[in-house]
Formats: sequence, structure tokens, C-alpha cells
Amino acid sequence: MSMNNQGRVTAPKAITSVASESFSGNKALDQATKLIFETGSFNKTGIDFPEPKGIKYRLGGLEQTKNIELPGLSEPETLRHYVRLSQKNYAIDLGVYPLGSCTMKHNPRLNEKVARLPGFSDVHPLQPIGTVQGALELMYELSNWLTKLCNMPAVALTPKAGAHGELCGMMTIRARLDADGNSHKRRVFVPESAHGTNPATAVQCGFFVDELPANDKGCIDMDVLRLKISDLGSDNDIAGIMLTNPNTCGLFESDIIEISELIHTAGGYFYCDGANFNALVGRVRPGDLGVDAMHINLHKTFSTPHGGGGPGSGPTVLSDALKDYAPVPYVVKDKSGRFDLIEDINDISMGRLCAFHGQMGMYTRALSYMMSHGSDGLKQATEDAVLNANYILASLSDLMTLAYPGHCMHEVLFDDTFLENTGVDTLDFAKAMIDEGYHPMTMYFPLVVHGAMLIEPTESESKYELDRFIATMRGLANRAKSGDIKSFKAAPQHSPTKRVDETLAARKPVLRYGS
Amino acid sequence: MRYLPLDNEDRAEMLEVIGVRNVEDLFGCVPKEARLSELIDLPYHQPESEVEKHMTKLSNKSISASSVPFFCGAGAYKHHVPSSVDHLIQRSEFLTAYTPYQPEISQGTLQVLFEFQSQVAILTGMEVANASMYDGSTACAEAVVMAKRVTRKHKAIIAPGLHPHYSLATDTLASSVGVDVCILEQKISSDYKVLDLIDDETACVVVQSPNVFGEIVDLTPIAEKAHLHKALLIAVFTEPVALGLIKSPGEQGADIVVGEGQGIGVGLNFGGPHVGLFACNKKHVRQMPGRICGETIDAAGNRAFVLTLSTREQHIRRDKATSNICTNSGLCCLAFSIHMSLLGGDGLRKLAILNHESASLLATRIDKIKGAKVLNNTFFNEFTVKLDKNAKDVVHSLANKNILGGVPFSRLSKAGPKDILLICATEIVDEHDIESLCKALEEELR
Ligand SMILES: Cc1ncc(COP(=O)(O)O)c(C=O)c1O
Repeated sequence: MSMNNQGRVTAPKAITSVASESFSGNKALDQATKLIFETGSFNKTGIDFPEPKGIKYRLGGLEQTKNIELPGLSEPETLRHYVRLSQKNYAIDLGVYPLGSCTMKHNPRLNEKVARLPGFSDVHPLQPIGTVQGALELMYELSNWLTKLCNMPAVALTPKAGAHGELCGMMTIRARLDADGNSHKRRVFVPESAHGTNPATAVQCGFFVDELPANDKGCIDMDVLRLKISDLGSDNDIAGIMLTNPNTCGLFESDIIEISELIHTAGGYFYCDGANFNALVGRVRPGDLGVDAMHINLHKTFSTPHGGGGPGSGPTVLSDALKDYAPVPYVVKDKSGRFDLIEDINDISMGRLCAFHGQMGMYTRALSYMMSHGSDGLKQATEDAVLNANYILASLSDLMTLAYPGHCMHEVLFDDTFLENTGVDTLDFAKAMIDEGYHPMTMYFPLVVHGAMLIEPTESESKYELDRFIATMRGLANRAKSGDIKSFKAAPQHSPTKRVDETLAARKPVLRYGS
Repeated sequence: MRYLPLDNEDRAEMLEVIGVRNVEDLFGCVPKEARLSELIDLPYHQPESEVEKHMTKLSNKSISASSVPFFCGAGAYKHHVPSSVDHLIQRSEFLTAYTPYQPEISQGTLQVLFEFQSQVAILTGMEVANASMYDGSTACAEAVVMAKRVTRKHKAIIAPGLHPHYSLATDTLASSVGVDVCILEQKISSDYKVLDLIDDETACVVVQSPNVFGEIVDLTPIAEKAHLHKALLIAVFTEPVALGLIKSPGEQGADIVVGEGQGIGVGLNFGGPHVGLFACNKKHVRQMPGRICGETIDAAGNRAFVLTLSTREQHIRRDKATSNICTNSGLCCLAFSIHMSLLGGDGLRKLAILNHESASLLATRIDKIKGAKVLNNTFFNEFTVKLDKNAKDVVHSLANKNILGGVPFSRLSKAGPKDILLICATEIVDEHDIESLCKALEEELR
């Protein structure tokens, strides 16, 4: 997801407190943690090995003769180092993590357990097919769930995250266009509100971006789209559109069916960014909206953990028009019930996206999540996510300003109008949330809204947690309006680290130890 | 449903606060024709025990690497990972955190990334590294695209010996942004024909060492020739453990080093998730893809870490970004970094020596088998064997005897020779495993 300050690097104005007052540098549970480079040494190790036999090397004279200056630690030191570091992190298991567009839902631990079963975690991607039938069957089952939930005929499992799924979809579209002799079609419509990966992907696939503005309801301005298409006339170079639905304002694109018809009539394809599919599962199927390709972030909608930045998984569902152009490899099942992996590229496939077969470790977790919920539970989860977001909307919209009126889907978007003339900005507000024990919402994204605050509670929050969160947000909004800006500017005070100097980091990059 | 905290009473109260009659009203914006009225035809919810039972049943249908003599490599490697690694990466604070966008409450992840970047830079012999890519193959593809940006030239030469999947993934991405990708024919022996092809049009030359056949390539002459023509040398590796014993690519003149980090800390996982390593020199850092963590101070004057140089990235630069990557391999970086901290430099070297010794013993033994010939002059922990029979058939028969005896080269490249087998022996292989494999091979080749 997009980040906090959209390039607004911030430098704290004043040093608001002195360095640690304890002798140790610790603050109770918050332990000072040196770098491994400052505590370890290259000749120390936490692993016992047998002695080498002293066999002659066959390295062609290219052996490393110098010491490798990587610090080693014993096992107890290692445990301490990482446990101490872990305690400086916020996490879903600790509290509400309302990062809009990121879908920080609960990560069931059953999923961790099944992902570690040896038949999935301890198999090599190039073992003979007959020895990995269980793993292939799991991929096949996952495909079945995904294609049914989407009402789409096929899915390419390999993409390794959402943005990689975008590549997969857009390259598949390109392959189809080229196969049809439409290599001149390179224009891709991307709404201004789109996630940064969308325009970046379009360009990486050799397309160019034609930006679409939003109307005053936060959806695509249809007049502009219609005009753009008719203006092109016989110079039609439309490859397609990349549209997020629900969009990044948390709103269902209500003209989506007309959009899809317009694009198809123009000979283009409809890519849907499915990062927000968690608002639709079990209630709306992308295939019924005319979608040609859509990635699904298993690490959002289907609960695989974010792990501090990854790994993800971005299976991409494909329409009949595109499915023959899918990347390799993919799983097939023959009449006897045996599974096979098609790994060789045929003439029309878009090719290969990565080594091997994608993110098995995420497939297991996602399937476990789906089976646990079932079709009934998945639908309920969708409804609860939308209900939770609307409950926050209804409980805050008198104090904070909604970017667009009406109900929302799974996330609610506020702007910073309510902070006008208070001296507090979105960033300050977010930092004050940290002191209250909350992870801030997504800030300054989407770009179509000034000082955006995008809140996504997910279905994992209880009413009790939501009520506490709402009360806190109300308290902060009232405080800002009362003119108490000092506490906002100094926030966060209670976090292990105070506001960091991002300007310094970018101006004088120190990107590794000892540089 | 055990994962959903709301009950019907909560839901009713909340609907009232919202001011709608039922949840349908919240979906009023969905066009009527797209609203589903019935449940999708999939099984209903199930208890933990049932899901676990099903998953276990599936798991049991595969043969896992630890349960048999195991000799597969070719881009993914089986090593022993210390128990503390998996224990630590399952801590909620690491596992259930997002990308560290709020540095004040993410110093755990950020310091790990800074340490990870430092480790990768040292390991590869480069000045800087990023906070990971998806895997080695996508890192390789991105490196070629980066070389085009740095040199403003369009030709990429893929030297023989690059893992065929890496070549294909690179071709997919790089050709779509107008790079002319020249993939040279696969060859086992490291011949330097590639040198003759480097010219002033060349943006980069991509060389894997140890290469897919296991052969160790001297990168220095290639780097020299590339630099003469203002081209970049992109050095690739698929087995990080090799760098415990082989001179680093940085010392051999590489401009960009990319590789697969899976061998340290990350299991086989049937091919993913793995972790892509990406390193370069400081002067090119602003063209690098992916996230980067940097050191700075906080308002109290204490050292702190933060994601930086983000003006390269998609969320700021959108269609002008260096890459579209967003989510990367975070938790695998952590696993890599913990395992590497446990090893230390000397430990890594020892692990590397043990790998090399396993492979040496195996190679010597295989060379004595009639109908099998080791083709390598050099190798680290994997090498290439020419068989008198179709390698795929041999591997299948071995599997029937519960031995996972390597990867037929034709599995990676359909057009490739059918009689070539890639065999890997890491530290987990013992003398019994070697004997089992060689006896079985002797029977097959008789
Ligand atoms: C709307 C949207 N699209 C695309 C992405 C990219 O997904 P990923 O980070 O998995 O590459 C994200 C996630 O951050 C997103 O929020």
C-alpha cells in the first residue's frame, strides 16, 4: 500500500526530550538494541558443524581467501536480539491496524501450521511430478475456489504479489493484443485515484498511461471517459483500463458495467485491481462485471500475513478472451485424477513471470482460510468488513470530514477539511494516534483527496475495539479543534522512537553498516 | 465463525447507528444485475480439525525432501535451518506487521532490514543492497531493466549458464520495456564467447556463477570487457551459501549483483516464497528498484531507521518509478538475516566447505559409475552429469525407489539435451545417501 507521507519527507522541528535517562539505555520493557555488527563477530557462531574433512577444493582458483565480515551470534544472543527488536513493532495481534487498502485482518494460526506441513514446505519445485501430487492438488483446489468466487474461467497462480499480478494481467492483455495484430494499441486508462503500482505496471508492460479524473462522487468521471474514447475515433489505440473496484476511496464504481462495455467496444480489455476484493467476496463476482483480468492479494483478502512487508501472493484471474495467453506454469488434472504441471511456453502464452510455481506457502494459508470460512463465512466476513467500516463512518462523520458523502464499502475515506485552521495536519493527527496505541490509518492516499485519511477496520475487529477506537478518534479530533496543537506536533511521545528525521535519511543516505 | 468477533446483536446495533435496515442497504451501490443472491457453490465453513485433516491428507501425498536421500538443486536448495529461525519469524510482532511505514512503531522491522541490507552487501561484496525482491529470477529481470536506465542502452546479453527460468523471466519483463534480450545458447563449459559479443550498444551482460550447471565462472575478464564498452556486469547466483567459499561478485568487478537468498533461512516451499537479493554500488542506488531502509536520528537524537529514497518508487513516482514492486519478501529477509546471524562469517564458510565436500565426494563416486560422467571442471555444491540414458526416465525410476536424485536439465528447458542430469549435494547429504543414490544409479545404467 501507499505510504504515509507521499514523498513529504519530514524533519522534526525541535528535539523535544533528551536521550535516555537510564544508565542502561533501556526503558523497562523497551530494551536498547545494538546492531548485530556491534555485538557479534565473524568468528563467533550459533551453529555447531562437524569438522570438514579437508578435501581438495574444485573451485577453479576462485575461492574466497579473506574473512567474511558477517557478524555471528550464539543462539541465546540471537534470541534476545530479535525478541528485543520485535518489541519495537506494532502488529495486528497487538491492536487495531486500520491501514486503508492494506486489509490488516487477523492471520489465523492454523494457516501457519498447515503451511509448514512437509508435503508443502519441504518439497522441491523440480521434484518429479509424481512425488508432488499433494502440492499440485492443493494448487488445483485453490484455483477452483478463486475462479468460483470470481466467476472467471481461469487463474494464473504464479504472481508473487499484487503488483506482480498486475504485470501478469497487463502482459497477458498485451500478448492478446499483439496476437490479434493490435500492437499499436498501447493506451491504458488509469484513474487518478489508482494505487501507484497501476501506472508503474502499465509502463513496465510497454503501455502508456492516460489518466482519468474522478467526479465529485469519488468515482470515474464518465463524461471524460466517453469523450476521450470518442475523440480518438479512428486513431483508437486503446489497450484497456486499470480500474480498482471498490476504488481506493472505498467506493464501488457504480458505472462499472458501462465502463467495461465502453472499453470492450473500443477493442480494449478491462484490468481490475483486486486489492479490495475483500469488500466483494461472496456478494459480487468480478466475472459478472465484465472483468478480463484481476489480481487477488492473498495477503489481504485471504489473510496470509504481511510479515513486515511480504511475502505476498497475487493470483490473477483471467477471462475467456485472455486465458490462453496466461503465463506458465499452471496445474492441470487429467481424467485419471492425476495432476500435472504445464511448464513449457507455447506460442501464445505471455511467457514466464518467475522461476518455479509462485508462492506455495501463501496458497496453503489462503486455502486454509477459505475452507475455514466456507462460502457462508466468506460472505459473512465481507459483510462484517463493510459493516465495520460504515460503523466508523457513521460514528465519526459529524466530527471528521468525509471525502465523499454516502455509505462506503470496506474502508472509509476522510479528508483534512476538519483540521482546517487548527494548525494540525494529517501527519500530526496520525502521529497522535500512535500515542493512543493505534497504528495510523493510510495517509495522503488516494491522491485525489486533500490530506487523505483512509481507514479500513476489516471484519476482525470486535464492536468493543471499534468503540474504543472511535472514542479515541473523537477525542483527538476535538483536541485538534480546541487548538491544542502542541501535543500533536510533539507526538508520538510514548513510542520507543520519536519522530524520525526523514530528510536526513534521504539527503545523506546511510544504507548499511560501516558505510 | 471463529474468526469473526461480531455477533448478531452487535450487527443489529451497528446497523441502527448507521441508519440502515440491513446490510443489503450498504451494498446499494452495486448494480442490480451484479448482486448475488445465493451463496456461491463451495463448501460451508469447517472447524480447525477438519481443515487440518484435509491439509495433512494432501501433504502426505507428496514426498518431502527430508524423508529421502535428496539431491535436487537447480535454483532451490535444501539446507538445515536452525529451529530458532522459524520460532522467531512467527512472533506476532514480525509476522503480523505491515510494511514499516510508521517508523516510530516499526523499528523492529526497520532495524532488521538495515541489518539484512548490510549482510547482503557484505556477502555480495557490493556497497549497498535493497530490502529484497520477490525472488532471484525477478531480481535478475529488474536488474536488466535497471541497466537500461543507467546506461541508456538497449542490448542485454545473457551468457550461457543462466538458469533457464531466469532467462525467461528476464526476457518477459525486459523485452516489454524495449530491451533487446540476446539469450546465448546453453553451454556447460565456461567459454568466453560472450566477450566477443559485448560492444558499445551493450547495456549489460548477465552472468551466473556458479551457473546452472554448477560451473564456477571467473567474472573478472567479463567485467573488464563490459566496462571497456560502458556496459554493466550483472552477476547472478542462485545459491547464497556458495558465497561462503567463492570470491564475491563485487570483488570480481560486478556492477549489479542479484541472487536467490532462499538457501539461507528459507525452506524449499515448493518454489516460493523465496527471497530476491539485490545489490549494487552507491552511484547507481537512485536507479535501484525496491524498498531501501536507511539510518537517521529521531527527535530525541537517537539512532533510528526509516524507509528512504522513496522518490524512486511507485507510490511517489507512479508511471516514472524504477519498478512497480510494492510488497516484497519481508519475512523471508528476517529468516535470512537470523540464519546469517547464527552462522556468522566463519560459520558460513564452514557450511560452504561442508557443502563443497559433500558434492566432491558425490562427484568422485559418480565418476566411477559406468554410463555416468561428471562434466564439470569446477563446482560448488552441484554439478552436471551426462548419462547414457534419458535423465528424466532415470530420475523417475530413482523416485520410485524413494530417492530424489536431481533435476533433468530438460525439465528446465524442453529443447535442452535429454541426457543431462543436474545433481546437488548439500551438507544434509551423508555417506549413506550418496551410496543409496550411486547404487540405484548403477542399477539404472546397467
Ligand atoms: C489498491 C492496491 N493495488 C495494488 C497494490 C499492490 O499490491 P502488492 O503490494 O501486493 O504488490 C496494493 C497494495 O499495497 C493496493 O493497495
